[in-house]
Amino acid sequence: MDKRYYFDHAATTPIDEKVFQEMEPFLTEEFGNPSSIYQEGQKANQTIMEAREKVQDLINAEDSREIIFTGSGTEADNLAIKGVAMALKDKGKHIITSEIEHHAVLHTCEFMEKHLGFDVTYLEVDGDGFIDLEDLENSIRDDTILITIMMANNEIGTIQPVKEIAEIAKDHEVYFHTDAVQAAGQIEVDVQELGVDLLTLSAHKINGPKGVGALYVKKGVKLIPQMNGGAQERKRRGGTENLAGIVGFGKAAELARKRLPEKQKKLIKLRDKIISNIEENISKAILNGPRGDKRLPNNVNFCFRYIEGESILLNLDFLGIAASSGSACTSGSLEPSHVLLSLGMSHEVAHGSLRISLGYNTTEEEVDYLLDKLPGVIQKIRDMSPLYDG
Amino acid sequence: MYSDKVMDHFQNPRNVGKMEDADIIGEVGNPTCGDIIKVYMKIEDDHIKDIKFSTFGCGAAVATSSMVTELVKGKSLDDALKVSKDQVAEALDGLPPAKMHCSNLAADAIKDAIEKYRSDSEEKDEE
Repeated sequence: MDKRYYFDHAATTPIDEKVFQEMEPFLTEEFGNPSSIYQEGQKANQTIMEAREKVQDLINAEDSREIIFTGSGTEADNLAIKGVAMALKDKGKHIITSEIEHHAVLHTCEFMEKHLGFDVTYLEVDGDGFIDLEDLENSIRDDTILITIMMANNEIGTIQPVKEIAEIAKDHEVYFHTDAVQAAGQIEVDVQELGVDLLTLSAHKINGPKGVGALYVKKGVKLIPQMNGGAQERKRRGGTENLAGIVGFGKAAELARKRLPEKQKKLIKLRDKIISNIEENISKAILNGPRGDKRLPNNVNFCFRYIEGESILLNLDFLGIAASSGSACTSGSLEPSHVLLSLGMSHEVAHGSLRISLGYNTTEEEVDYLLDKLPGVIQKIRDMSPLYDG
Repeated sequence: MYSDKVMDHFQNPRNVGKMEDADIIGEVGNPTCGDIIKVYMKIEDDHIKDIKFSTFGCGAAVATSSMVTELVKGKSLDDALKVSKDQVAEALDGLPPAKMHCSNLAADAIKDAIEKYRSDSEEKDEE
């Protein structure tokens, strides 16, 4: 196969070789059920404990028992929102979130409104994707039981003021959940320093396997389990553990923590090179999301006027480049990205978005290849567009 | 998800470009839904002598535009009006179901052009 240039690490990442090596025995000979009393089971149980401690370390949780392994980041978001809502429904039925959450949060909140009689406030964001802290505080009511706002946005890389949000939540005695799927492994995530009550993680975004996520639940936070069954995960998530997946998650968390300072430095340099190069070489290119340290180190997102995103992706794919878009055509709906629309962008412009997301193994040579090919691709599609006048 | 034919027409679109001296221009779609197709025609003796298109849209929108120009080029206006969306999709070895509805507008652009051309001619006759 010809060389591929992978720029979609926000969608998923390749499993690190070291992670795979760690997982392999648990897909073959080490097959015990962690709930079993005999040696095979106890070995498996011990292995999960060790993985749990590695995930604990990644986010500096106080106790490894605050980590609940789930089947995905989506499941962890569902557990956080539904679990808290059910536990506190007698206290109140109001949830606060933002307009630019991942669908795992947004659609769960909509579900709570539609099926369980909850009331949800969707906070607007500014042109760079930040929520307004005053808005947040003003929207808290006597019956508010949960604030759920993502740590970093998956499309435009905006890093929310999570610590400040946590302080407001604490002042009003409201639980605060944050989806840190895109943040973990990219920026420092320290749950004690941030003061969050619940936090979502996913393994496959940090060079771990797919099919495993985690929810951090601070000691004392009330949560009703959503997956009823056995006593796994201290009765908070029934179902036999995904042993190999959890082992892989643990190793990936360990590597992510070790690599963070170096990775951050490298990716910020590559990110800013891509941004300035595109702005210099392609006209009518609009950067989505903020600049500088309030933006994820691995995220670049542009709208190119007069053209549509799927056409960009297909043309890049011909050249060996994998990237993503918030265009309607790539989402299976007629609407372009809800995130871009929330920034105040018109449909027409939002259709022409391109997200480039970097990984720890992205090289400068790969970035140079992308930057060499992109202007030609954009021009080719613009030449075809009735909206473009040259 | 796309057939080889769709990818071929997307990558090497036939009759792409704008036409400065077109007799008539047809247009469908709007930027909100993500597809705009414009067709430019030279018409002689009630036949489509030459045709070009420009498209803002996804892979399917470009490929159907390209295909429809091939299907109607040289045809009489009556025959060109008979080219249906299904025929365009079929000629491309099919389209993904989601694209059949939203991005298969090219045949409508042809109809729009021909209808405009005919009503323009009528107005001229009346003058």
